[in-house]
Amino acid sequence: MSPADKNGSLLLDRYAEVTGREVIHHLQQLAAPLKGAKVVHVNSTREGGGVAEILQKLIPLKRALGIDASWEVINGSPAFYECTKGFHNGLQGMGSPIPKQLLAEYEKVNAANAEELRSTLEEADFVVIHDPQPAPLLSHCPERRGRWLWRCHIDASHPYRPVWKYLRQWVIPYDASIFSIPQFAQPLPHPQYIVAPSIDPLSEKNRDLPLEELQTVRERFKLDPDLPMMLQVSRYDRFKDPLGVVQACQLAGKLTPLQLVLAGGGASDDPEGEAVLAEVRQAAAGDSRIQVLLLPADAHHTINALQRTADIVLQKSIREGFGLTVAEAMWKGKPVIGGDTGGIRLQIFDHYTGFLVRTPEGAALRIRYLLHRRELLKEMGQRAQRFVGENFLITRHLREYLTMLLGLQSGTQGRMELGL
Amino acid sequence: MTESTADPVEATPFAVRDCALISLTTGLKAQNLREFCDILRRIPLESIEHHLWGRLLQPRFDEPEYNNDFASWAYHGLHDKTLAERLSMVLPTDFTDQEALRQELVEVLEERLDQCEMVPWAKGEQQFHFLRSQIVVFDSGLRFSRPVDLVPYLANLSTGSIYYHFIDARNRTAERWDDFSAWLAGCGPEYHLLRERLCGVDPYFSSLQNIRQIVAELFQTFFEEAAQ
Repeated sequence: MSPADKNGSLLLDRYAEVTGREVIHHLQQLAAPLKGAKVVHVNSTREGGGVAEILQKLIPLKRALGIDASWEVINGSPAFYECTKGFHNGLQGMGSPIPKQLLAEYEKVNAANAEELRSTLEEADFVVIHDPQPAPLLSHCPERRGRWLWRCHIDASHPYRPVWKYLRQWVIPYDASIFSIPQFAQPLPHPQYIVAPSIDPLSEKNRDLPLEELQTVRERFKLDPDLPMMLQVSRYDRFKDPLGVVQACQLAGKLTPLQLVLAGGGASDDPEGEAVLAEVRQAAAGDSRIQVLLLPADAHHTINALQRTADIVLQKSIREGFGLTVAEAMWKGKPVIGGDTGGIRLQIFDHYTGFLVRTPEGAALRIRYLLHRRELLKEMGQRAQRFVGENFLITRHLREYLTMLLGLQSGTQGRMELGL
Repeated sequence: MTESTADPVEATPFAVRDCALISLTTGLKAQNLREFCDILRRIPLESIEHHLWGRLLQPRFDEPEYNNDFASWAYHGLHDKTLAERLSMVLPTDFTDQEALRQELVEVLEERLDQCEMVPWAKGEQQFHFLRSQIVVFDSGLRFSRPVDLVPYLANLSTGSIYYHFIDARNRTAERWDDFSAWLAGCGPEYHLLRERLCGVDPYFSSLQNIRQIVAELFQTFFEEAAQ
């Protein structure tokens, strides 16, 4: 066995400890017909944000299953990221026209990156392009031999039409696209798969932590041990509604003493974060029970400890592609109060694994509701953990990817029978 | 495990198959009951299959009230409890073919439309999106000559195998049996009681993990009783 094979086997063994051996065996059998296939993923950031986190884990797992998986990252200029942030906002329905010079920069950056990546992409059996940033790469690879998929991680259910109209031209030539939930899909002339994202139970952000480490985090951030702790972990982005979270906790805190920690980092492809952070700091100024933390992109261990320390986790987004932080908190046995939007609805089953809310008042109400029903809070957390274990771990994600690749490889529309 | 009931049988060994499923959109969606009914009349049968039982292999909360996507939407989307109750009791196993099943679903919807003064409708964000599935079936390599040999393996079968043998089988075989029951029928009359118990398991009201546990327990109990 080569060192790479040995490492892959050890990696699969570690997952088997969490998911059960049968889950890994299932993946191995599903991956067998894809052994040696070249699969290239392309996105625009190596760190920060859910896409990078998923790829950091998905690639080694695919390799462990014998697939020749790799990950490429395109490089862009500030103007490029300004443009793609406009796309992101536009796809989520908060749009404004994007200046032509920014669109020209977007196309120029993609053309330049295509020069670097062309041979890798054209040789691949499958290319998965993540989000709008690298979408035009396909148009620069006329000799491509594999299947190309566009993976949209964004809530594109109500896009700002001019932005979607522009992006659509780049997406149409793909062989298939992938959306997180059916509501996000847009009319396109190719198959559209539905694959929800996932969390990695072995990652630094999700692995079990000893109690002493939770105590260390309490001391580090001077958390009051006598006050219940609310937590929202997310980038400082208007769609995550951090201001709404501050408002909700201030409202609930009038009657039920509590403390709030907002923990966020920046993604290298998000130029708006600083402005939002400043607004949040201003809203929380003078309230000693609110802490606004700006954590580095690799603060996974700290985030893990904060999530495990919290009594209730919030993800009060007003638009959300999926909201991996919801599944992360649920995996740690916490009930989540989430915005009634996008992929959060797929994770929180209202009143069973948490609550879906539409306003800061709604979040405040549910905070008070849970803090006065501690047994229910615990029960909900346990249900949430079981639900994530069965549905939102990376092994389920990988199973769906493999099934999709097999479907594309065979060209079959319905049932495929392998080697029967 | 007992040797008395586990005599070697002549039947073909039980070949454990496994499967995985991926959802695709059909591009069709309904916002009110009339649209829903119209689409249901013409949607490919595989979409109906997906919403009635393919959902078991998809990430979802174990719906505490309704056991198929149509009933669930009638309740959560249209807020029509009467319709949700009726749709949840349309049992796929009652129909000889899937076209007949479609006709029954349409019948229930039309009846409800006749009864309503206004067409029930859902908010824009709660439209029903019709999906379909691609399913990959493969051989797990596991073979069992005698029913008793299955006992130690059942609790660890993948949910894909449970889906294939316990849910999908009812759809793909003329007898509408699960594969375990069909195989036991060829293994001799001593397994009649186990078959009866398996046939008594409601396949559409549990998660695959639950079904796996129930099937494993039925086998375990049967052979323990036989040993006594």
